[in-house]
Amino acid sequence: MIDPRDPRVAVIPRRLAGVERILAVTGGKGGIGKSLVSTTLALALGSAGRRVGLFDLDLTSPTDHVILGLAGEFPTEEFGLEPPAVAGVRFMSVRYFIGDRPAPMRGRELTDALIEILAVTRWQDLDVLVIDMPPGLGDTTLDVAHLLPRAEHLVVASSSALVKETARRMLRLLADLRAPVAGVLANMARDDRHGVGDLAEDHGVPFLGALPWDDGVEEALGNPQRLLEAPFGRAVRGIAARLVGAP
Amino acid sequence: MHELALAEAVVTAALETARSNGLTRITRIEVRVGELQQIENDAFELAIRELLPPGEPSVAGAVVEVRPDAAVFRCRACGAAFGLSETGGPQGDDASEAIHFIPELAHAFLRCPSCQSPDFEVTAGRGVRLEAIEGD
Repeated sequence: MIDPRDPRVAVIPRRLAGVERILAVTGGKGGIGKSLVSTTLALALGSAGRRVGLFDLDLTSPTDHVILGLAGEFPTEEFGLEPPAVAGVRFMSVRYFIGDRPAPMRGRELTDALIEILAVTRWQDLDVLVIDMPPGLGDTTLDVAHLLPRAEHLVVASSSALVKETARRMLRLLADLRAPVAGVLANMARDDRHGVGDLAEDHGVPFLGALPWDDGVEEALGNPQRLLEAPFGRAVRGIAARLVGAP
Repeated sequence: MHELALAEAVVTAALETARSNGLTRITRIEVRVGELQQIENDAFELAIRELLPPGEPSVAGAVVEVRPDAAVFRCRACGAAFGLSETGGPQGDDASEAIHFIPELAHAFLRCPSCQSPDFEVTAGRGVRLEAIEGD
């Protein structure tokens, strides 16, 4: 008799074998634009000719579908679940299944749901899989570091002292977890005095740049082309090119 | 089929476990499937058998047993313990499909039959578990 194991974990590396890079957009604090940054980053990479996937890991209350303008797309069931292409991005979210219902889950349940999705989702070949991380430094951050150790974390911060305080903790946690960090970026920047570059320097990680406060973003939600052409979207495209390079 | 992806996970884990424990032959694989997963056990057993590859460790003649695990819930709000049938079960195709794909999404669809809270714990019968591997 051999100790029982969770069979789903064993198959996760195979499910992601065709994915070259995984970028986890994180930051810890809620409301700092992780969903907008991750979704726009995926759209920018797709528009630059990259094969890109987007995984909305806010399992209890996903929102990336609003930014993408999801219509009636649904995963194809073929030896697992194949995420449909939405605006050029292979998109996975529990939104397909729960509609607009809340999905209240706690610790172990979040872990189980994440493992289940990773075990049955067939991403095919991707240059980049972007993961939109939920707020917080707990369950999902730890799970991603454990289950996807090659995921490179992209920490979103802003000029707010409260946001930077949380971003510092996140960077320390990622260092403790030995999780790769792609860099830090400043979101909602109104000028150059956001101080996020200093935060990156303090932790010895790259500062990727600043994304401007953009009043037009709200009206561009659900319209990927308009989003990419807005000042915010153009800045994200610049960061995408720096992160991944020209195709 | 979504079940095939889970069957492949079972086979991958079984082979890895056998190899890491020095087994050259697998004689029996026991898998538990939670009621919440809503998988047809015979079909799942067949899928596992068909995905077992020839080679090392040998799986020729291995017995594959898939057993059901009844779902058991405990409400965190009022403490009531209950089964899936007491919730009335998933209502409609959308609910069934969601829970079939991701059992934790039961929290979006099911409620405690005593107090109607969605804050319950699934204490048994949530998904697929590799219960045992035997061999030599």
